[in-house]
Amino acid sequence: MSFEVLLFYVLAVVLVAASLAVVTLRNPVHCALSLVLTFFTCACLWLLLRAEFLAIALVLVYVGAVMVLFLFVVMMLDIKSLPDREGFTTYLPAGLVVAAIMLIELIGLMGARKLMQGGGVRDAAAEQGLSNTEWLGRVLFSDYILPFEIAAVILTVAIVAAVALTLRHRPNLRTQDPAKQSATRREDRVRLVDLPSSSGSKQP
Amino acid sequence: MITLGHYLVLGAILFCVSVAGIFINRKNVIILLMAIELMLLAVNMNFVAFSAFLGDAAGQIFVFFILTVAAAESAIGLAILVLLFRNRATINVEELDTMKG
Repeated sequence: MSFEVLLFYVLAVVLVAASLAVVTLRNPVHCALSLVLTFFTCACLWLLLRAEFLAIALVLVYVGAVMVLFLFVVMMLDIKSLPDREGFTTYLPAGLVVAAIMLIELIGLMGARKLMQGGGVRDAAAEQGLSNTEWLGRVLFSDYILPFEIAAVILTVAIVAAVALTLRHRPNLRTQDPAKQSATRREDRVRLVDLPSSSGSKQP
Repeated sequence: MITLGHYLVLGAILFCVSVAGIFINRKNVIILLMAIELMLLAVNMNFVAFSAFLGDAAGQIFVFFILTVAAAESAIGLAILVLLFRNRATINVEELDTMKG
């Protein structure tokens, strides 16, 4: 058994164990940390497939950004008020049955036994004398430039939507509005009143 | 020798674990979101495996886009979750029945 095969099996066991921990642990913080381990192990497996760029992107984007966001939200919500798992034992058999049937169907459907007799990884990037990142970049910025731009727009929309959703307007908060301040004209603030000078002291 | 079949089986196991997770954690929206992320990871695993074994860049490009959309999805999902918790003071799925669906 070569080192690569051994590494694959070790990583696969860690991956499945971590994903099981994500769905079975009680504490959401532990779940989020197990999900970090799952992503990290998956990135290692992608390195075995010689997909370096995506492995690094997975660690940067998921472990670095999305999981921090998850942990932030989990810790911001009051952890004691999270619902108890009273349905855990009631739904466990149904979940297991569905998952087992699905697994058997999926493995049968894709003909895994036959695929397991195939060859190893074909390193197409190395065949062209390129690194994985360069190989992907050439395709991404030529054939897939429009989807790339659309992805950028989607991310911008997501930022705006997330900020707009969580922005809170408090009605009695006294804040300055600089635009309103600088747009003010003289007529809005000063009112000239005509008063006859002699009529003030006269009583009828 | 590790083949395409090994990676596909691993992806299938990951996907089924997350499906079981959705069944088990029907109360907690945060863990439901995490299970959805796991599902996307399983799909990405298949894409990367096919891309590597067939020598085609399209699969890895697709994973790149899935990562983008999944990041946007989880950001908006968590924003909705925060809003929900602020308005209803709960994230229990059973109690989120305002729309009577």
